Amino acid sequence: MLIKQKVSPLIFATILFVTSIALGQAQREDRIQIPQVVKINELMEQSWSDQEVDPSSPAEDGEWCRRLFLDVLGRIPTVDELVDFTGDKSPNKHEALVDRLLYDDRYTEQFARNWTTIWTNLLIGRTGGNDQNSMISRPGMQKFLRDSFARNKPYDKMVYELVTATGTTAPNTANFNGATNFLIDKVNEETAAQATAATSRIFLGLQIQCTQCHNHPFNDWKQQKYWEMNAFFRQTRSLRNSAATGGPLGPELVDQDFAGESGNPEEADIFYELRNGLVKVAFPVFVEGQVAKKSGYLNEVNRRVLLGEFMLKSPHLSKAMINRTWAHFLGFGFTKPIDDLGPHKPPSHPEVLEYLADEFRSSQYDVRRLIKWISLSRPYSLSSKPNSTNAKDDPLLGDAPKFSRYYMRQMQAEQLYESLVVATQADNLSGSYEERERMKNQWLQQFSRTFGTDEGDESTSFNGTIPQVLMMFNGELIRQATSGTNQTLIDLIVNDPKKSNREKVDYLFLAGLARRAKNDEWVLANQFVEARRGNAVDALKDLWWVVLNSNEFIFNH
Amino acid sequence: MLYRTPTGMSRRHFMTHLAGASALAGSAMAMGHSLTTHASELRRNRKSAILLWMGGGPSTIDLWDLKPGAATGGPFKPIATAGDMQICEHLPQVAKVMDRLSIVRSMSTREADHQRGRYYMHTGYVPNPSVDYPSYGAVVAHELHSQRPELEIPPFVSIGGESEGPGFLGMAWSPFGVDSNGQVRDLQMGLPADRVSQRMQALQLLESNFIDDKRGSIADEHAKVLQKTLNLMTSKQMEAFNVNREEASAQQRYGQNNFGRGCLMARRLVEIGVPFIEVDLGGWDNHQNIFPTLKDQRLPMMDQAMSALVEDLTQRGMLQDTAIIWMGEFGRTPRINGNAGRDHWARSWSVVVGGAGLKGGLTVGKTNEDGTRVEGDSFSSEDLMATVCHSLGISLETNFTARNGRPMKIANSGKLIKDLVT
Repeated sequence: MLIKQKVSPLIFATILFVTSIALGQAQREDRIQIPQVVKINELMEQSWSDQEVDPSSPAEDGEWCRRLFLDVLGRIPTVDELVDFTGDKSPNKHEALVDRLLYDDRYTEQFARNWTTIWTNLLIGRTGGNDQNSMISRPGMQKFLRDSFARNKPYDKMVYELVTATGTTAPNTANFNGATNFLIDKVNEETAAQATAATSRIFLGLQIQCTQCHNHPFNDWKQQKYWEMNAFFRQTRSLRNSAATGGPLGPELVDQDFAGESGNPEEADIFYELRNGLVKVAFPVFVEGQVAKKSGYLNEVNRRVLLGEFMLKSPHLSKAMINRTWAHFLGFGFTKPIDDLGPHKPPSHPEVLEYLADEFRSSQYDVRRLIKWISLSRPYSLSSKPNSTNAKDDPLLGDAPKFSRYYMRQMQAEQLYESLVVATQADNLSGSYEERERMKNQWLQQFSRTFGTDEGDESTSFNGTIPQVLMMFNGELIRQATSGTNQTLIDLIVNDPKKSNREKVDYLFLAGLARRAKNDEWVLANQFVEARRGNAVDALKDLWWVVLNSNEFIFNH
Repeated sequence: MLYRTPTGMSRRHFMTHLAGASALAGSAMAMGHSLTTHASELRRNRKSAILLWMGGGPSTIDLWDLKPGAATGGPFKPIATAGDMQICEHLPQVAKVMDRLSIVRSMSTREADHQRGRYYMHTGYVPNPSVDYPSYGAVVAHELHSQRPELEIPPFVSIGGESEGPGFLGMAWSPFGVDSNGQVRDLQMGLPADRVSQRMQALQLLESNFIDDKRGSIADEHAKVLQKTLNLMTSKQMEAFNVNREEASAQQRYGQNNFGRGCLMARRLVEIGVPFIEVDLGGWDNHQNIFPTLKDQRLPMMDQAMSALVEDLTQRGMLQDTAIIWMGEFGRTPRINGNAGRDHWARSWSVVVGGAGLKGGLTVGKTNEDGTRVEGDSFSSEDLMATVCHSLGISLETNFTARNGRPMKIANSGKLIKDLVT
């Protein structure tokens, strides 16, 4: 069947969307007055002018709202949330929205869930605890993190607890301490190599793992430093089946007296081999030089507790977190990779990094305030569209980021999952928090693979490749979302007698893309209906499928 | 704007519907590379490569370069082979095909960390934070794909592992990862062809609108991957993944395990023209109890599948067009540790190659009496890669342009391992 005339967008009754608010112009009149934001903006504006680029224009309100939800809550906004924001005329609406997501009780659980996901992946990987034999309890790790983020535990305290934790890993076991899951499988094998590397890398931004075997060729790290850090973990053991205090048995992380490799606990030493075959001795010394007692007796010195205390005083603790959080919001950190802040890696914006690190420390490591400063800053407010001066500002091309525009990136698998749940309202069947996490985890497994090496490294195929597209085309989650059963969004919208077809089409675009349909898209929607011989319900379901499969949906932009 | 409701839509029609989207992506594609080879030289090239990837770092001192009598030589004994060398006694079937494979015993590299070693051996480059280099499979697929117009499935397949990514060549050259059972998830849309086609046309419009914003090349990449996915969904060539179609005897010969099925699948994929296939066999990170693990688990499986593959390719007359590369990220220490294992070792180790015109039955280079260093000239990942590319008829003068505009020679300007080249 051919549609001979030019199809008018007016083929449907065109009652204009009642709450017709321009999603467009978002001239950010409201210069945020928070001192930290003012300072970030000042420093960034100076660096743009030094580097002779003009920052892109501000992102449209809908775009900004979508990215904020994705980054802070791990999902896109609902249409109601979006329209609430875009329709708000007050000058401080950006700050108000950030405050709402960070401090309003309605969002506490979602906020905590998102940051728990991020940190679980960081601390134990996407696959940690999935194996039957693993000592890791994924729910245990998540419980600890969820409590920490829900209560806004100061970041330094959270790190201290992770590094010094003792107890069992699984919830509902005697002596449970979820923080133990970070180290439980990193201390037994190969003289705690993983514990040494992960603790230094994740919390201090120091990559000392290569110096296990040799002095680092490009930086100041010496092999000695690695083993001196390593010595802090040698009182620690993982017990697969602890017989702790009568409760259910489970893996337990414990500290024990350490006799040293030469059997003298008064001076509990460890040995390592240089590349030339010479053997040297090491005792616990922190990377910044603080020396611990040599004793291996716990009642004289608990080495991990001491390490935790040294870390609390380290300037690296704050810097590493700033770089990580900045990269989370802006797409790239001040160094690449973000967890390498060693002396050989000059950061792209040292003043911003130092300034934020100082402020974060002064704020008692308040994670929510840090998020607020970064998310209200000018770099975060910019459009991802380039202007005539900054098209080359794309770190994928190899240069250091200038942050003169927002760097588009693909959603993480978890963000996609949560966004689909929201965008399709397929959530009304959901069970408890744990049950939901279990279902999500199961879904994520199709994209995860481990390499089976001693480092426990893993990869994801959720990276823009064919298996991901197949899942988006044909997967069960999408099928549910677009089939219109079980009170999903599509079902509610397409059958709503009060909405015109134009409203329905716009609703689907707002739900998926945080904007209304463009004219050519609206024409196409009409063609869909025509092709389906007037069956608007089927046509809209197909349109919804199209929206969810578009590049604009899968990218955070 | 006209729109026809299609009936009995064929695959080719879908292709044309999406062609617009990829045309828009064209400029980005051109940025990815510039080919400076002679087209005539490559015409009619039917060559492929199979990489047998031994994840974890295999102990080549116990497999290919034994040191009987040396303090750290381990308990395995050497046996004679059909080639001019001896190998491990626990590889008796591979020994019979060693006239068609050669061992490079003088590999010497610097990356002894899994992630770095994996990257280096797959790309010929050490990890560099500012440039993301393409892996073997992406390079070979990229160079040979244009000569396989009939190929509807991805030109780079990775079986049982993730391999390494396409780097600056772009997501469209990513490895297509499958499990050795050959099942690909979510392959069917389960809708009539006309609805599929309508969806695709609409999707093309949304994709193009967003690409026009020029927010970044990943938007174009998305459109390209969509097209590849659609090709694959509607292709009969997907049958190649179904190893269960093979005679029971063939399945037996390769071995009823993941690696055996993977090798058999690789042969099937070569038959339909896939230029690069990687088959993973993990479990080589033997820091503890290495010798029983090798003897009872790794080696029997590898022996069976690898020998079956060489024999099968020979019988079908395909070995002369198919390069086989056996390697891991590094070797293992010529020293046995306190846990009866061996640790990571990159300074002196071995790889095995053959097929596609590379000479078989030889050893290239040697290590000293206890295997701790290479004597004489050594070879690197880039040398090996250059040699393999050469055997596949890919010119070593090929240049790529990285995203930052810098030209880059294929295989990082590695030098040919001359002894292997006829």
